[in-house]
Amino acid sequence: MISTIEELVATAEKRGCKVSILVKELEAKSTGRSVEELFKCMKSYFEVMREAANRGVTNEIRSISGITGGEGRKMWNAAERALSGSTLAKAAARAMAVANVNASMGKIVAAPTAGSCGILPGAVLTIGEKLSKTDEEIVDSLFTAAEVGRIIALNATIAGAEGGCQAECGAASAMAAAAVVELAGGSPRQVAHAVAIALKAVMGLVCDPVAGLVEVPCIKRNAMGAVQAILAADMAIAGIESVIPADEVISAMKEVGRMMPDRLKETAMGGVAATPTGKKLSEKI
Amino acid sequence: MDLFDIIGPVMIGPSSSHTAGAVKLGNLARNILGEEPKKARIILYNSFAKTGRGHGTDKAVIAGILGFGPDDERIKIAFEEAKKRGLVYQLLIKEDESLHPNTVTFELEGASKKTQVTGCSIGGGRVKVTAIDGFEVELSGEYSTIITVHKDRPGIVARVTAYLAEWGINIAEMRVSRKRKGEEALMVIETDEKLPGEIKEILRNIEDIYRVITFPE
Repeated sequence: MISTIEELVATAEKRGCKVSILVKELEAKSTGRSVEELFKCMKSYFEVMREAANRGVTNEIRSISGITGGEGRKMWNAAERALSGSTLAKAAARAMAVANVNASMGKIVAAPTAGSCGILPGAVLTIGEKLSKTDEEIVDSLFTAAEVGRIIALNATIAGAEGGCQAECGAASAMAAAAVVELAGGSPRQVAHAVAIALKAVMGLVCDPVAGLVEVPCIKRNAMGAVQAILAADMAIAGIESVIPADEVISAMKEVGRMMPDRLKETAMGGVAATPTGKKLSEKI
Repeated sequence: MDLFDIIGPVMIGPSSSHTAGAVKLGNLARNILGEEPKKARIILYNSFAKTGRGHGTDKAVIAGILGFGPDDERIKIAFEEAKKRGLVYQLLIKEDESLHPNTVTFELEGASKKTQVTGCSIGGGRVKVTAIDGFEVELSGEYSTIITVHKDRPGIVARVTAYLAEWGINIAEMRVSRKRKGEEALMVIETDEKLPGEIKEILRNIEDIYRVITFPE
């Protein structure tokens, strides 16, 4: 099994293949499932992602608590006149749409967690659409994303309670950046740089959910995670390199998570959760 | 860790620990009861009690004992579904710092059986049952499972495991506990292989085994 980004990139380079092709083959070998079977499973997950994104941009979906709702739809409706351009706005809209569905007790795919479930679909659905990619190509890119996520989980963590939001939304953003580079035809080396750039952007980000719920600030952070992933991919494809290699960034993220006080790791005792408004909302619930 | 632990599972939000994990614990309690629950008293502890409503933990545990999976869209309307099926339930909240932050106790009653199951949601949707009818256990629900209630005397464990050996079933985890020497004991066996349908009846016929529970069916 591959355990570092460097190993993943070097192996794909040596083989002269896309990262996703390598990942599918290795996964088939280690699990005993066929590549077709793995693809079918990932495709079914992709369908759930797309369905959630579509629901959230077309309907105003309110959370169970009532604190949030409709962010995905609002952004979608404003996408064409967005200053950041319709691509980034649509990615943000879809990311929040999926997060809205999650907060409403709707069906989502944890990617890598429920709290960060909007980032990957937001990025790949939007870039897939912009580049007129087939469903198959988008599903393939999810394998690349999953392997990046696994390497992060292996060498650091993907749990907010252990590493803060940098571990959850950070991992999701790095995964999405990797998928976008592959969708856009970038090289395996560029995948690694995009991962490093995306993860560095959120180094130290705390997990501070108001009232302990996956809503504030999580839903909007999903939008930011998707947008940062696309920008990180653009930078890597432009030839910008991360001075610090991806594996070292992942280790640094783990170390920062370790140093982070518990109050800033999903306990709802710090960050925006501890603001006067955050506390007031918490009391109301 | 396989790739679908990273992208996946498909689940009903918002939280893998407070929603999906809570459903799974309800599923396990239902399996341990072994029949349709008619009455349920459910106690949510600590973080499950504090942030449970916003995470739908209350609906999730009811959905779980109704047999809905963590990706079932009826979780959201579990209270209405319970009414339709005639399940009478009571949801209570309590604080107990000696317990895991995400702990729940189910007291279930069916037409002929009763059980009390306690478990916790340990993160990422993974769960652990920690007590069944006052016996301390450790059960993940990720394997095929056999639970026996039997007399605490020499030879019972050997008889059960001899059958498993005969069928070529490998034990992944196993634990035996008792309340007092010579009285009732409870054994939990988690196996890698699927269990044959007839296993329940065969184990039930071993002398001094009072009850056998197996799942998934």
